[in-house]
Amino acid sequence: MDWKLDESLPIRSQLTERLISLIASSRYGPGDRIPSVRDLASDAGVNPNTMQRALCELEDMGLVVTNRTAGRCVTEDINIIDSFRRKRAREQTEEFLKKMSALGLERNEIKSLLKEALGEDEL
Amino acid sequence: MSTELLRLKGISKRFGNKYALKDIDLEIEEGRIVGLLGPNGSGKTTMMKLINGLLSPDSGEITVRGEHPGPYTKSVVSYLPDRAYIADWMKVKDLLRMFSDFYRDFNTEKALNMLSSLGISENERIKNMSKGNKEKVQLIMVMSREASLYLLDEPIGGVDPAARDFILKTIITNYSENATVIISTHLISDVEKILDEAIFLKEGKIVRRENVDDIRDREGRSVDQLFREEFSVSVPADKEAL
Repeated sequence: MDWKLDESLPIRSQLTERLISLIASSRYGPGDRIPSVRDLASDAGVNPNTMQRALCELEDMGLVVTNRTAGRCVTEDINIIDSFRRKRAREQTEEFLKKMSALGLERNEIKSLLKEALGEDEL
Repeated sequence: MSTELLRLKGISKRFGNKYALKDIDLEIEEGRIVGLLGPNGSGKTTMMKLINGLLSPDSGEITVRGEHPGPYTKSVVSYLPDRAYIADWMKVKDLLRMFSDFYRDFNTEKALNMLSSLGISENERIKNMSKGNKEKVQLIMVMSREASLYLLDEPIGGVDPAARDFILKTIITNYSENATVIISTHLISDVEKILDEAIFLKEGKIVRRENVDDIRDREGRSVDQLFREEFSVSVPADKEAL
């Protein structure tokens, strides 16, 4: 997987964002085991301590839990995952609206574009 | 908890009347990946050799786990020199035997796994390998030791991007837990993502030491960009053009 990291920004926060996306998009589903810190760090080409810190942040958010037998897993609490997914979706929607208004589109034009794209007559 | 692994106290080293290192104080703890960054001639290799006991300082004191460089420190320090050091008449299996003879912490099985992932067989002669494979074999040997301190002097000098990725992944995956890795290089952009902290060396002195994410956070730019600025030299005017 391509982690697409920007070296002019802190790596840890980028890893945190990326891990949240992986869970929100169910790439790692509820209860799934997360690969070891070393393996993730090696895959992303980053320092293992930095990856460790990013995973700890996800633990603090409740997205990831560590249990004694299975190691580090995605939470089974679907509500938490869903709240992060919605937050992501809202951010992307705002981003989309910003871009549309930068193009000079009015609200009703955006609505009809969406309807068209979704193949619906009524939204 | 952080435990001190390496300490340099008031270290100076002269060659002739020129200081290669001047009055260096440095402490490094366990479990870190540290970049020793500086242009050519800034003292990186001299520092590596001093820590490894290949050179003696003119003044000051070096300790690894509290001991001066000597047989004990050599048993816990794994050193990759900045040039080819393997006798090239050897076959891979000779090299494996030599390393396991010399170093009690050498993990032959680990080395064999990494070699086979590169498609290198035990009967291959070093002499017949490509430059890139020679460098990879040297690194594999050094990283197959379960050492406390890895000193890697220019591990990515002059290899292609695929070989660079292999080398970085080999480092990340193989250093033992709680060990520290010191990587010296002037190719900052190639290594900066795997560092915890950066030490900038300039004309034999430490001019900066900082956590790399703190640099990015504060400066909004990469360690490489900061390095280029800090070490930029104004190009002297071309006399003939005047």
